[in-house]
Amino acid sequence: MKKILELRYVLVSIAILLIVWQTAFLFSDYSPSLFPSPFMALKALGEMIGSGILAESVLTSMFRFLTGYGLSVFFAVVLGLILGCFKEVFKYINPLLQLLRPISPTAWMPFVVLLFGIGDLPAIVIIFIAAFFPVLLSTASAVFKIDPVYFRVSENFGIKYPQLLWKVILPAAFPSIANAMHVSLGSAWIFLVAGEMVGAQSGLGYQIIDARNNIRADYLLAVIFVIGVIGLILDFVIGRVEKQINKAWGGE
Amino acid sequence: MSYIHIENAGKKFSDNGKDFTAFSDINLDIEKGELICLLGPSGCGKSTLLNAMAGFATVDEGSIKIDGKEVIAPSPKHVTIFQNYGLLPWRKVINNVELGLETQKLSKAERRERALKYLKMVKLENFKNSFPRQLSGGMKQRVAIARALAMEPEIIFMDEPFGALDAITRMKLQDDILDICQNEKKTIIFVTHDIEEATYLADRIVVMTPNPGKIKAVLKVPMSHYRDRTSGDFLLVRDKVFDLLSMKMQADIEYTI
Repeated sequence: MKKILELRYVLVSIAILLIVWQTAFLFSDYSPSLFPSPFMALKALGEMIGSGILAESVLTSMFRFLTGYGLSVFFAVVLGLILGCFKEVFKYINPLLQLLRPISPTAWMPFVVLLFGIGDLPAIVIIFIAAFFPVLLSTASAVFKIDPVYFRVSENFGIKYPQLLWKVILPAAFPSIANAMHVSLGSAWIFLVAGEMVGAQSGLGYQIIDARNNIRADYLLAVIFVIGVIGLILDFVIGRVEKQINKAWGGE
Repeated sequence: MSYIHIENAGKKFSDNGKDFTAFSDINLDIEKGELICLLGPSGCGKSTLLNAMAGFATVDEGSIKIDGKEVIAPSPKHVTIFQNYGLLPWRKVINNVELGLETQKLSKAERRERALKYLKMVKLENFKNSFPRQLSGGMKQRVAIARALAMEPEIIFMDEPFGALDAITRMKLQDDILDICQNEKKTIIFVTHDIEEATYLADRIVVMTPNPGKIKAVLKVPMSHYRDRTSGDFLLVRDKVFDLLSMKMQADIEYTI
């Protein structure tokens, strides 16, 4: 019953979008090739699926995304744990992190393209940067916030490094890390498109540029729609994973 | 020399360049198997003294010796139980009890067996697969007690262990402590600010006063355990402690008049 109610919200939400879009299309003075209707975009989506371009682009983008995001999370968590365990070192590194953190990953783009050329690498690097700082800083601060009583208990029972790291520190910090992974997944996905628009000749971001160059607004909107749906699915999946983690950690 | 021997022990903290004496000139001897309560108002250094005995902090002056050896670090032979339990929320109850055993030379089966034995002792074997968050405060503290006992320690330090519990649960757990004392023959050092709790539990009450933390008196409670809280003897001891602690208050009253 609850599921059906939730489905109702989703359907109404989509209906609102379609109605607004269709109305705007009917009343706009733009040519249909510049501002297509929902139906035209859907047709374009069908064509892209039929020609296999969509599947190929999605696979390419997903490969870049998972590589960049996976590497980023791995290094951010490892470095975050190290900095979290050595607060004095963190104090020296923190100003640098605070300087680098507010820089939009896209600002690095020209530099990255100059260094790594065109292809998979620039997009991977951009995603890496996008996810890296939030996860790193959340991990370090999660370690700082661990209840000191856990360390006392460990000390009392003779639990020392490196055991302490995976028996106490990592699990104690893990819910915060999972939360940061969830949040940064969304921003990493946003920057994938930016990365592929500049530094790639394939993938979903490139399809947007390609559609623009060919003045195919219907293709453009179809790709945008696909990017949104994949972002939604990714968020749903990691949300579920985060929930499971919190459950396994004794939460509700 | 007695089992725990504290001689002229003192501890200072410096806060913003100002020195603050947690306790000084502490002399105390504790025999094996005794149940000692450190009693006093907040700021009298009782918890700090306990931490020093447990090895979490070292004293600046004097010395604390256990079994003839200077205390410099915590030991698995002397387990501390904290007010906020210190259970790891991501571990099930049974795995929490096994935590300390994982660093010992025990097989997995031996570990499980020993953990179950002590979970049974605190009557929580039916909750072995629960997570700490699913338990009440009293049950959590019983898990922490089982975890401490599983180490089969010689001394159990307890830092206001029942401070966060309601009065009725507290009384039940006090009886649990006495059971353990009788069956397991442990030395227990128990910090509390509850006069009745100290009177009910202790073989000897160490009454401490603040600024700086000092031992005011050591009071022997001349009654066998499972005391009647309403008996005349009980009230007499309670009264004596009350007297020892309220002397300063009377001086204050005189001053205000």
